[in-house]
Amino acid sequence: MNGNAVLDINDLKVSFKVRRAGRKYQVRAVDGVSLSLAEGEVLGIVGESGCGKTTVGRSIVGLVRPDSGSISFKGRDVTGAGLRDMRLNIRMVFQDPYASLNPRRAIGDSVAEAGDINGFFTSRAGRSAAIAAALTAVGLDPSFAARYPYELSGGQRQRAGIARTILPSPSIVIADEPVSALDVSVQAQVLNLMMDLREQLGLSMLFISHDLGVIGRISNRVAVMYMGRIVEQAATRTVLDDPRHPYTRSLVAAIPKPDPSRRILGAIETGEPPSLFKRPSGCAYAPRCPLASDRCLVDVPELRSVDDRALACHNV
Amino acid sequence: MSRDGAIFWLKPFIARPIALMGLGILLATVLAATFAPWLAPYDPYAIDPSIRLTPPNALHWFGTDQFGRDTLSRAIQSARMALLIGSGVVMFALVTGVPIGVLSALFPRLGHVLMRMVDVLMAFPSLLLALGLIVVLGPSVVNAILAIGLGYMTTTTRIVYGLTLRLRTETYVEASRSMGAGTAWLIGKHILPNLVSPLLVQASFVFAFAQLGAASLDFLGLGAPPEIPSWGNMLAESRTFITRAPWLLFFPGMMIVATAFSLNLVGDALRDRLDPRFRQLLGEKG
Repeated sequence: MNGNAVLDINDLKVSFKVRRAGRKYQVRAVDGVSLSLAEGEVLGIVGESGCGKTTVGRSIVGLVRPDSGSISFKGRDVTGAGLRDMRLNIRMVFQDPYASLNPRRAIGDSVAEAGDINGFFTSRAGRSAAIAAALTAVGLDPSFAARYPYELSGGQRQRAGIARTILPSPSIVIADEPVSALDVSVQAQVLNLMMDLREQLGLSMLFISHDLGVIGRISNRVAVMYMGRIVEQAATRTVLDDPRHPYTRSLVAAIPKPDPSRRILGAIETGEPPSLFKRPSGCAYAPRCPLASDRCLVDVPELRSVDDRALACHNV
Repeated sequence: MSRDGAIFWLKPFIARPIALMGLGILLATVLAATFAPWLAPYDPYAIDPSIRLTPPNALHWFGTDQFGRDTLSRAIQSARMALLIGSGVVMFALVTGVPIGVLSALFPRLGHVLMRMVDVLMAFPSLLLALGLIVVLGPSVVNAILAIGLGYMTTTTRIVYGLTLRLRTETYVEASRSMGAGTAWLIGKHILPNLVSPLLVQASFVFAFAQLGAASLDFLGLGAPPEIPSWGNMLAESRTFITRAPWLLFFPGMMIVATAFSLNLVGDALRDRLDPRFRQLLGEKG
């Protein structure tokens, strides 16, 4: 697609087999997502729990195998692949800093793991120096290399988790809700750290979050997902200042504002997303949508280009 | 405080005197087995019909048996057999149970087959299983270890299987996979290190139950050959003298109870140490 895109995702579909009450179901978590990530760009993916945003990230690093569609890194197809080059180039920061570090491994070993697995280090001294540099880069003292996760706070653990993704330095970091498990004060520090690192290392970043406020601070572009599909995609400012899709409007309305009079009234939806087991035949958002018309119940809106954005809605 | 420091492991024993007592009995047994020839006041095999069935006295603290052999010396010598059987059974259970459990959890298709076979073995009471095997293989020390070990291989496999199923979905294992780690890396760096603590606890219980199992086999004449002193053999030989010389049963019986009980105490203390839910008992925050 894009000339300077480092990552191209085309019509990605992922489904899971689920057994419930003795019956087998096929649950489609991602239903035809296309994204492209430009060099040095931060693309935010926002959506509520179960919308498939994490599954998109996990398919990129090869943790889930897509049913169809393609993922290419710098023009090379890496769909579900185990290419060494890709493994070191695309790395993931995980949501829960308490679960993402092995309690029985020293921080230094966890930080150096990608290098160790892929035979990156040539000498013991070089390895220690690289660990120290990575820890320093995330604002931890190099002495943390010898400590164990239980000795660290949540924020320190997440810093260690980030250090793990930058040794050796990758091209792309997939950040899956990297701050949602942290205190608000620590969230800001970790976000700032990620922005600094992005600049220093020239990273491209896919930033997955359910919090549009957090996404707004860090990303250049935002893709809004609902039930496995992208419903709106545009530059961050465009999405925050002028949301058009009714679902995006409700997300923007839900961001706490210093000035309550600026709230978009009446935009916050009621009810819950429909079950993934019983996907509505038309637009997945129709049952909750204030603008839903008869057409929305039967006809799935395609993502189309409207003005300065991509939008999937019949009525705006 | 390091998780692997000596204080870390000693704390549950210091906090509870009864666990410390268990540890003491256990150490005494190990010492007795190691230094048996020097500790035993008499040759455990020496026969002296002139003093047969002597009750406990200053010369023979535990009395003598129907051949005039010193019961104390034989009881000390028997600690060797007890430790041999115990460690043999633990080794067998771990060497077979850990690979089967780990591989079954990581490769579900293989797991379905292997775990059903383990379930079949588990359906038999372990002593019955051991008896059946001894009948087929013939009585010997090695066969006793195999027969008892097979029963505990199943429980070890089950524990390892369950833990590995949980471990493989841990985020740090996923993180490792996302960085290109293969199965060998995941097992060596993530799964096995996290199995060490629970297996240490399991090993102490298996060791204890192996004592009882070995004593039962010996008593039935299906364990160690009768000429080798073991607590079970001593019980078996002297049961016809139970009314005339009760000390012949009392002392070896007491040894079996003491080692099994102390191993259970040690196992409990280790479990409390490793299970965060018990941290409060040790005066540490969770």
